[in-house]
Amino acid sequence: MTPPGNGAVEVNSLVKRYGTATAVNGLTLSAARGAVTALLGPNGAGKTTTIEICEGFRRADAGTVRVLGLDPVADARALKPRVGVMPQSGGVPGTARAGEFLRLVASFHSSPLDPDALLARLGLTEHARTPFRRMSGGQQQRLSLAVAVVGRPELVFLDEPTTGLDPQARHATWELIEELRAAGVSVVLTTHNMEEAERLADRVVIVDHGAVVADGAPAELTGAERQLRFRARPGLGLEELLSALPAGSAAKESPAGHYLIEADVRPELLATVTAWCASHGVMTEDLRIERRTLEDVFLELTGRELRS
Amino acid sequence: MTTAPGAPGAAPAAAPLDLAPAPGAVPLPRMILAQTAYELRTLLRNGEQLLLTLVIPVVLLTLFSTTSLLDLGSGRRVDFLAPGVLALAVMSTAFTGQAIGTGFERRYGVLKRLGATPLPRVGLIAAKTLTVVAVEVLQAAVISAVALALGWHPHGDPLSVLVLLLLGTAAFSGFGLLMAGTLRAEATLAAANLVYILLLAVGGVVFPLDKFPGGVRSALELLPISALADGLRDVLRDGAAFPGGPLLVLAVWAVAGLALAARFFRWE
Repeated sequence: MTPPGNGAVEVNSLVKRYGTATAVNGLTLSAARGAVTALLGPNGAGKTTTIEICEGFRRADAGTVRVLGLDPVADARALKPRVGVMPQSGGVPGTARAGEFLRLVASFHSSPLDPDALLARLGLTEHARTPFRRMSGGQQQRLSLAVAVVGRPELVFLDEPTTGLDPQARHATWELIEELRAAGVSVVLTTHNMEEAERLADRVVIVDHGAVVADGAPAELTGAERQLRFRARPGLGLEELLSALPAGSAAKESPAGHYLIEADVRPELLATVTAWCASHGVMTEDLRIERRTLEDVFLELTGRELRS
Repeated sequence: MTTAPGAPGAAPAAAPLDLAPAPGAVPLPRMILAQTAYELRTLLRNGEQLLLTLVIPVVLLTLFSTTSLLDLGSGRRVDFLAPGVLALAVMSTAFTGQAIGTGFERRYGVLKRLGATPLPRVGLIAAKTLTVVAVEVLQAAVISAVALALGWHPHGDPLSVLVLLLLGTAAFSGFGLLMAGTLRAEATLAAANLVYILLLAVGGVVFPLDKFPGGVRSALELLPISALADGLRDVLRDGAAFPGGPLLVLAVWAVAGLALAARFFRWE
């Protein structure tokens, strides 16, 4: 573990207001060097604002931010060559050709990656001469990722790197992020994609209403709790089943014919449930025991109501 | 998918990427040159820009020199028109083109994006200025060649011409960037084109200002385009050195434009 205060990014009690709205409300997080840290949260949770303050685009109203030990605004000149940034969208002139813009940014750096090799790697070789505005959303995203890493940074900020990508492009992006991590680059990304966070992140920080609501490795967040799911004919007497289970268990049918038992799942519990089904002439299908997913944790912590 | 290193006949795999951190920026002048070359390339590829910077000035110059559609007073027509069209060329590049281009770059987050690269803002401004100057050199060469072919006989002091052009460029750049950095991109597009047409009409570019009534004329002479066109005419047609009135007017516009742009420009 990285000792506290020595991470790639250290954010302490960060506050940012826009007029009367508070976008970030006392957020504290630490992103370890050489690790992938994922910020997860509903729309409007304050993820992008936090990242943009770390990138030096916005100033904090209160709290401290240190990026590679430096102040993102005061030490901007020293930080820019060391930090790669992929914004949520756009940022490339509509008339610029993909290869041309990537080469431009590469030319600002002293030992950049080969732009052509990077384009090839991200499947963009055929589009090297395509103007940015004529590229598909997924191609624009990949070019934006290429621009973020071409300078061989120590730290990259990726704001929703796979939103709008098809599965092939998403996997190519994931592989590149895994290689960055293997090469010792620190990665801070935001995402809505739970699979992405579970697969890539060493540490997941769940943000809501401008503050951290949970923070840990994916396995720590999903915990050891298990649950039992099965399908059977609709309308089983769940209260009778529950009376046979240990206290504190819960059972529900949603949608009809799909059953979920939340309990301390042990071999005895499994035997009790199957025995109860057998005694009632119930044939179960798709019986399975699973861990909570990150999505379950996320919805539990941030609620189910829709965000703007 | 693995092949022995250097195995003959193996399909060329994508070159491996060495992603290990190796950060560092090249010296500022190299960044500025790279950005300038990039801006020039994209600009010269843009048909609308070429129309604005080259086609319109050359057409106006040729059309009104070779026909008597306009009453240009006594004297050779091309000697009146060439300085005015040079002034128009400066306005089209430093003001109209720069306002529209920068306005859309701001709107599409390009300025912000470049702000995340090692190129500092002062470097970006330097590159934009160099780009404007390079385009103006190209415009001056083409316009002068056409004018000379039409029988133009320029007089006067080259240094005075240079100072007028530089002050004019500074004034128009200041207001172009002020517009780009404060208005929405669509508003900038409309307003920059409108200003271009209005100043073309009333700024003494091709229509002589002495056709306007006295009071109106005195007011129009305070416009930056009139000051630049009149100043260039004083030197190139009449052989004056350092025309004080136009230089003063341009200097005031330049200081005001650049100060307002520095104060109010918003990068995003």
